[in-house]
Amino acid sequence: MEPKYIQPFLTATIKVLKTMAFTVPKAGEYYIKTDKKTMGDISGIIGFTGAKQGALVVSFSNACALKVVSAMLMEDYTEVNEEIYDAVGEITNMISGDARQQLEKLGMKFEAGIPTVVTGKGHKIRFKRNGPCHCHVIPFTCDGLEFFVEASFES
Amino acid sequence: MADTRMKILIVDDYFDMRKILKSLLSQLGYKNIYEAEDGDTAWAKLNKENFDLILADWNMPKMNGLDLLKNIRASENCKNTLFVMITAKANKNSIVAAIQAGANDYIVKPFKADALEEKINKIFGHFKKHS
Repeated sequence: MEPKYIQPFLTATIKVLKTMAFTVPKAGEYYIKTDKKTMGDISGIIGFTGAKQGALVVSFSNACALKVVSAMLMEDYTEVNEEIYDAVGEITNMISGDARQQLEKLGMKFEAGIPTVVTGKGHKIRFKRNGPCHCHVIPFTCDGLEFFVEASFES
Repeated sequence: MADTRMKILIVDDYFDMRKILKSLLSQLGYKNIYEAEDGDTAWAKLNKENFDLILADWNMPKMNGLDLLKNIRASENCKNTLFVMITAKANKNSIVAAIQAGANDYIVKPFKADALEEKINKIFGHFKKHS
């Protein structure tokens, strides 16, 4: 996957958090990972079909999820609960929608499913049934708290 | 500004999205705001009472937003209810499909409060002019 196809996920993430949670996340250096372990505690996952098979994962540390969702819902959350999981799913859905719109302009049209939320420190996500997992990761921070946007597509 | 007494039904499977929409609508002065967590629940409510405006997500389990819209437009009781599709589906084909099915307008997520206000005022302005 060429870097130009990863850029939409970066801009979509910034746009969604800026609009919905009134915060501008800071993007770190993009890299490719080969294992299946996620870095966050709560991950929103959405599958893509169309130009390629793939998936988007937005993985938050508990602290970052609390911070972002508190801003988004204008309420101070101190414990991770169903509302936090729900919001992570919705954030994933919005990032997916905006990124897919940008990808379509680059000639890659995708359809996406309904997001699923997975929780637990170090949970693993299998992107493809067979073969190695090549996953493009963009690390972000919000006020020093981490979250990761991972885009994985078949080669 | 649209009439703040109008009855608005928010249809979204995400609790958070319903909460955000409810909060934005309250900030805009709307008082009669109701919720449904999917198209099936919304359809059951619509068969019991009338609403002035429906703000519905597209992607939902059970009955999705597009099927809900089609049911509404095919029904005798609520075919004229104003309907705004709110979704992360931003491609042209989706927008065309929603408008062809009878959506009065379309809002792409993420959106700001003023975008929501503008759309509501626009469709109510249009509705008043043509009713």
